[in-house]
Amino acid sequence: MAYAEDTSHHPQSFWTRYVWSQDHKVIAVQYACVAIAVGLVGVMLSNLMRLQLGFPGQFEFINAERYYQFVTMHGMIMVIYLLTALFLGGFGNYLIPLMIGARDMVFPYMNMLSFWVYLLSVLVLMASFFVPGGPTGAGWTLYPPQAILPGTPGHDWGIILMLVSLVIFIVATTMGGLNYVTTVLQARCEGMTLLRMPLSVWGIFVATILALLAFPALFVSGVMMLLDKTLGTSFFMPALVSMGQVTGYKGGSPLLFQHLFWFFGHPEVYIVALPAFGVVSDLISVHARKAIFGYRMMVWAIVIIGALSFVVWAHHMFVSGMNPWFAFFFATSTLIIAVPTAIKVYNWVLTLWRGDIHLTVPMLFTLAFILTFLAGGLTGLFLGNVSVDIPLSGTYFVVAHFHMVMGVAPLLVVFGGIYHWFPKVTGRMLDDRIGELHFWITFLGTYLIYFPMHYLGLLGMPRRYYNFDGYQFIPASAHALNTFITVAALIVGAAQLLFIFNLAWSTFRGRRASANPWRAASLEWQTPETPPLHGNWGPQLPVVYRWAYAYSVPGAPQDFIAQNAPPEAGGQEPEPHPGPGRAKGAVA
Amino acid sequence: MLFAYVLIVIVIGSVLFHFVSPWSATPLASNWQSMDDTLTITLAVTALFFVVINFFVAYTLLRYRHREGSRAAYEPENRKLERWLIGITSIGIALLLAPGLLVYAKYVNAPGDAIVLEILGQQWQWYYRFPGTDSKLGLTDARFVSATNPFGLNPGDPAGQDDFLIAGTEVHLPLNKPVKVLLRSHDVLHDFFVPPFRARMNIVPGQVSTFWFTPTVIGRYEAMCAQLCGIGHPNMRGHVVVEDDARFQAWLKAQSTFAVTLASASRPVGASPSTGADNQVAQGQALSQSRGCAACHTADGSARVGPTWKGLYGTPRLLADGSTVLADEDYLRRSIVEPQAQVVKGFPPIMPPASLGNEEVAALLAYIQSLGGATSAAPAPAAGQKAQQ
Repeated sequence: MAYAEDTSHHPQSFWTRYVWSQDHKVIAVQYACVAIAVGLVGVMLSNLMRLQLGFPGQFEFINAERYYQFVTMHGMIMVIYLLTALFLGGFGNYLIPLMIGARDMVFPYMNMLSFWVYLLSVLVLMASFFVPGGPTGAGWTLYPPQAILPGTPGHDWGIILMLVSLVIFIVATTMGGLNYVTTVLQARCEGMTLLRMPLSVWGIFVATILALLAFPALFVSGVMMLLDKTLGTSFFMPALVSMGQVTGYKGGSPLLFQHLFWFFGHPEVYIVALPAFGVVSDLISVHARKAIFGYRMMVWAIVIIGALSFVVWAHHMFVSGMNPWFAFFFATSTLIIAVPTAIKVYNWVLTLWRGDIHLTVPMLFTLAFILTFLAGGLTGLFLGNVSVDIPLSGTYFVVAHFHMVMGVAPLLVVFGGIYHWFPKVTGRMLDDRIGELHFWITFLGTYLIYFPMHYLGLLGMPRRYYNFDGYQFIPASAHALNTFITVAALIVGAAQLLFIFNLAWSTFRGRRASANPWRAASLEWQTPETPPLHGNWGPQLPVVYRWAYAYSVPGAPQDFIAQNAPPEAGGQEPEPHPGPGRAKGAVA
Repeated sequence: MLFAYVLIVIVIGSVLFHFVSPWSATPLASNWQSMDDTLTITLAVTALFFVVINFFVAYTLLRYRHREGSRAAYEPENRKLERWLIGITSIGIALLLAPGLLVYAKYVNAPGDAIVLEILGQQWQWYYRFPGTDSKLGLTDARFVSATNPFGLNPGDPAGQDDFLIAGTEVHLPLNKPVKVLLRSHDVLHDFFVPPFRARMNIVPGQVSTFWFTPTVIGRYEAMCAQLCGIGHPNMRGHVVVEDDARFQAWLKAQSTFAVTLASASRPVGASPSTGADNQVAQGQALSQSRGCAACHTADGSARVGPTWKGLYGTPRLLADGSTVLADEDYLRRSIVEPQAQVVKGFPPIMPPASLGNEEVAALLAYIQSLGGATSAAPAPAAGQKAQQ
């Protein structure tokens, strides 16, 4: 499409520009705002649940029913409606076209639709707070039979709205996902080979493929459970006696749901983690002024982790009652996935080695990610190794592990990424002092919450307990620790308001940013305007001559060379690619 | 360079925390020492990686932080180094996995001479069954489940008649004899978890799952449900008593068989010999613990899943349908036997009908009465009983 033709479609009115927008940048901001708003609800729910755990019985309005509803909604909101939506809908939408030199997503209308359908799914989810019986309290895994039987909070309207909301969310993700994958494959500018793409794009690209393959499993299990609930089918329901009454269910399998759920659920971990891996790689490289170490290995690690993530799901089910022989396979595949993951950690820290490290706020979050992810990843080796998992399964060790590895770690990347790209999105810098304060409270606070929590799990304290009244094996000190964790969680929760304030204040009052304040090499910083206008690139699409990591190239006048700088500037990838944009005779 | 120093403090602090913290695994009371050993190996190996990598990061931050005029090195790849790192990591992973799988291979093969214990999870209490003299458990089916037959045992199956059905939520096991546990449920998922035994498995309705262990230390252990099973989940408690074989055999003989339970359930009210009032109250209190009532109904006035029993007797109750009823003996008995009939407003209609004989219901009523209530509204105490204030 010629640019001149494109400009004639530039939206003019406020409504078409900011509301019914088809501009990937606006849609990204819309996605991010809704995700952050719903994420704040999720954080608030976690604080309410921590109040009960830290001060059992002191807050009368948190009864058992509400506690389980808070737990369930917190989990689902954070994993699906915050992290998945923010990384794919937010970061993916903003970064993919800018980083690969495209004017927009290839299907802008579908992109807009994706956001509005996502918003609908959030509204349906939030509506479940107001229906009779309240939201579901079945735990975020929604395991049947209990999810749809009396005895579980929200087993009528709550669970129905949850499942409907998930189904709608998956429609939104599919529309967005097809768009991202097609855009990466079809809309790269001249010279942008796949192996010149920044790792952020690689992470989001592979995560999107995972989403397209994994979410259907959740979709069908959601539909099947809806049928079990509303029409009395028995996909997941064996012959049952509920509250003393023999039910009409017959012959279904609760384990079938668990297999379907985790066939989605484990790739979901990587749907969140892979974009985080990519973003972290880019942030480290920019702020350490050094080429990411082992770029091609990093790409392969992302692809291999993505592929392996589909054959490890049953490590969530070691004590589920499935055929115990399966565990040999799944324990092995799970530990194998640790190898490419470890490579990524090595390459991040080796990028720091002999770098020129600027401790900016984005870099602080990135470094905190490495520590947090390392801690969470290593405890994964406990839970993935089946015989170590048996006593730890279902305890607070698991809670601590997954919060470290797929809760806090990706969120630190979200923060780092927002501090990093905010100047491109708004043309203004976020405030550094508020940023550092937010960073230190969040980083130290979350470590103080989750590191000691592993030890409660080691002790055998089970998760999803409303209270621990009268258990002899739990010493008073463990309850004291719970109180401590709650206080830390409240502080960390409140500190997120600093971040919100910083976003709001800096959008309007922040220091003006230059077009490329971090002196980054990748393409999104080379737009003719900041913030980029609709169409991103002005009359001429960029042409790319090198990879995104030409930092501190010997002999170059500056410590970075933009991807679209003329070929004579040098800084090509280690083995220069043939085809357009290749600099003849240029040496890395 | 605050971050580098903080990193060092975190690493040292974490290691120190491990050694000085008062929280660690409960003392082992089963044969699964090997599970603890694999955990120790994993802990040692992962801690090594944690310390080394973080110290490396701290060092690079101190050494290569930005200084005026400094410039980073340019080294995009180092194939040799990358191959070494992949190799070392793979070996480390294999060393973790191998012992884990060897232990697990033992876990999936229960010894042939193991005694069989069936555990039935039901919202929100435990039931236990041992095979009788024929060493065979009787057949079950969900359609046979009733208040008097929680196991759903087929009354027509002769193999089930001599099965020992354990009254209450405490089960006994002989010391140093392997136990193969068969797990069943008729309602939702559960998980029978006794932390000192390490071994466990989820309970899934519609199938039998299993695990085995050998209790090795005499004692009384707390059992809990470790798979979310609804609102009463944290109150689903039991106990396992490990004792020497002679005591165990004596205990088992005192348990009633399915045949006996069936017969006693059909006995009419008042058929029991005269029981002293205090005795009956004590029996009721014990029942409220052993049959799991106390999971939802407190005796101290605090609300749990269900209404408290304190001060309940003889008071007017506002029901979910808006009507009011007096909590007299008839109402309370009906609420125990037929819990969904008259649900108090504000509480979920989730109580399962109790599998209690008439005598046991009477004991529970005496106990509830003993927890106080409106004396003026209380009907004349039953024969031989005095309303306690």
